[in-house]
Amino acid sequence: MTKSTIAFLLVVALNVAFLQGRPFGHAGGDAGQAAASQPSPAAPMRIVSLVPAVTESLFAIGAGPQVVAVSSFDHFPAAVEALPRVGALLDPDTERILSLRPDLVVVYGSQTDLQAQFARAGIRTYVYRHGGLADTLDTISGLGQVTGQPAGAARVVTALRASLATIRRRVAGRARPRTLLVFSRQPGSLRGVYASGSVGFLHDLLEVAGATNVFPEFRQESVQPSQETLLARRPDVVVELQPGAAVADTNEARRVWATLASIPAVRANRIHVLTGAHLVTAGPRLGDAAEAIARAVHPGAF
Amino acid sequence: MTDPARRSTRTRVWLAVAGFGAVATLTCVLAPLVGTTSISFTRAFDRSIPFADNVDAQIFFVARLPRVVAGALVGAALAAAGVVFQALLRNPLATPFTLGVSAGASLGAMLVLILGGGAVVFGAWSPVPLASLLGAGAASTVVYVLANSPGRAMSTTVLLLAGVTLNAFLSALILFVQFLADFADVYRAVRWLMGDLDVGSFDPILAALPLLLLAGAGFATLPSSLNLLSVGADLAAHRGVNVARTQKWAFASASLATSAAVAVGGPIGFIGIIVPHLVRLLVGADHRVLLPASALFGAAFLVACDLLARTVMAPVEIPVGVVTALLGGPFFLWLLVRHA
Repeated sequence: MTKSTIAFLLVVALNVAFLQGRPFGHAGGDAGQAAASQPSPAAPMRIVSLVPAVTESLFAIGAGPQVVAVSSFDHFPAAVEALPRVGALLDPDTERILSLRPDLVVVYGSQTDLQAQFARAGIRTYVYRHGGLADTLDTISGLGQVTGQPAGAARVVTALRASLATIRRRVAGRARPRTLLVFSRQPGSLRGVYASGSVGFLHDLLEVAGATNVFPEFRQESVQPSQETLLARRPDVVVELQPGAAVADTNEARRVWATLASIPAVRANRIHVLTGAHLVTAGPRLGDAAEAIARAVHPGAF
Repeated sequence: MTDPARRSTRTRVWLAVAGFGAVATLTCVLAPLVGTTSISFTRAFDRSIPFADNVDAQIFFVARLPRVVAGALVGAALAAAGVVFQALLRNPLATPFTLGVSAGASLGAMLVLILGGGAVVFGAWSPVPLASLLGAGAASTVVYVLANSPGRAMSTTVLLLAGVTLNAFLSALILFVQFLADFADVYRAVRWLMGDLDVGSFDPILAALPLLLLAGAGFATLPSSLNLLSVGADLAAHRGVNVARTQKWAFASASLATSAAVAVGGPIGFIGIIVPHLVRLLVGADHRVLLPASALFGAAFLVACDLLARTVMAPVEIPVGVVTALLGGPFFLWLLVRHA
């Protein structure tokens, strides 16, 4: 192959990647940061995000360079580590935020005082509202409009839809085990268990992963089951999310669950511990979260 | 033995123990029979079914029975500690939590719930109860050291002020830790503060039992001295009570009982103030009657409150600390107004 042929192929490849609006080598697992593309002229160029899920989405849709500060709990993508921290849900540092002269501040729906403050200061706010998978997709699209990155947002939404569809296909036709999704409990015991109810993105992830939520009638995001309730519900599979843990301590979980020996999940040794902040961040990585849960629920499908 | 006054006291003690004991026993026997799930008791007690296969037996023996036993022990400990603290501090508003014991316990539990440390296990103690026990122990020690001057009686005022100040200081630390913590951890920590008796096995109870028995033995030495002490330290000393020693025993056993109770069930409020006053209205202020009667009634009261907590809004549970307050408050006010 001559040098000129190689050069030609390279140019073609680059162009294809460009036309698809996709940074070259994205499939290789670039850590959540899309290449910057020029936003429309009216788009905000100094964004402050107090919501980690939104920060992640902003970087994924290519609005990363427009972000000037993030919340105390932001750790993804790696680029946020270099940005200033301006508090979070309970302790937003208004003075610091104002001093950064933002043209858009992403706030939580419950931060009404803060919204009023920024309204008085003439600064636009984007109000984040927590919800299910569909809401996450809507949020990403909405952020695309607001930040002048509609193409990037459309690409992320399509990719997330596609990965969710792939998982659905993989588990299609398989029996859907009754699954308990635990997202918090006291260390070393089964006290203070918080599990997913039948509303919210965690429940939606269970559904995508080919599982049946063991608490279908609880129309709320979280349920606090007693041990009697756990025994009576008899889940086939237990999936524990430990977003903050460095390593999955499955042995601890199995030891703790062993006291409720009549639960089918305990008897079949189907206690799974998953780690990683992406499991509980309603952003572009929910496809990975769904896949992790699907692999635990349907190991045979992967 | 021939002294009629003494015989009558003895009779009253036995009557009170028998009466309140019957109430406590009845509550403890009935409570495990009721729950959110309907279970078959013939199946639950059928030894021919392997325990691991027997859901009914597991619900009865793993979920309900330990819970009732925990409720009885915690209720008895908090009520008795309340009686002792009220006498020791000569203050009707004193509770087991007045001197910072529960704030110390809460800070310990908070630190584990928020900062982690989940791998630390000591015998049958799992991390959160262990941390709360250590926190309670540390807080009690600090208050004791502050208020105690060797060889002299404790100053009730110093004890009370030191305890209340420490309580406020530790509460501020708790808020600070919560403020720094992640949202989900804060929620979990706040839930712990509402109290919970869903122990799920006898292990946490067995772990706390030696401490509770020790505290109980301490309580047993106190009643007569407390009768005099609650009138005044000078009068008690005049009547031959070793005031300093009584105060030490009272403080140590009540703090120990509170620490162990909070480690098992979290800081369940109202029991320690409502039950002593309620029982006092019924049997009078003689600690020889009041102390055992309060312990037994505390056991019955907390078991009953927990029964309501786990069944009223089933399948959702109400935190037991909320029930004790919602139920105890109005009932106590009614009794107060009726007797006034």
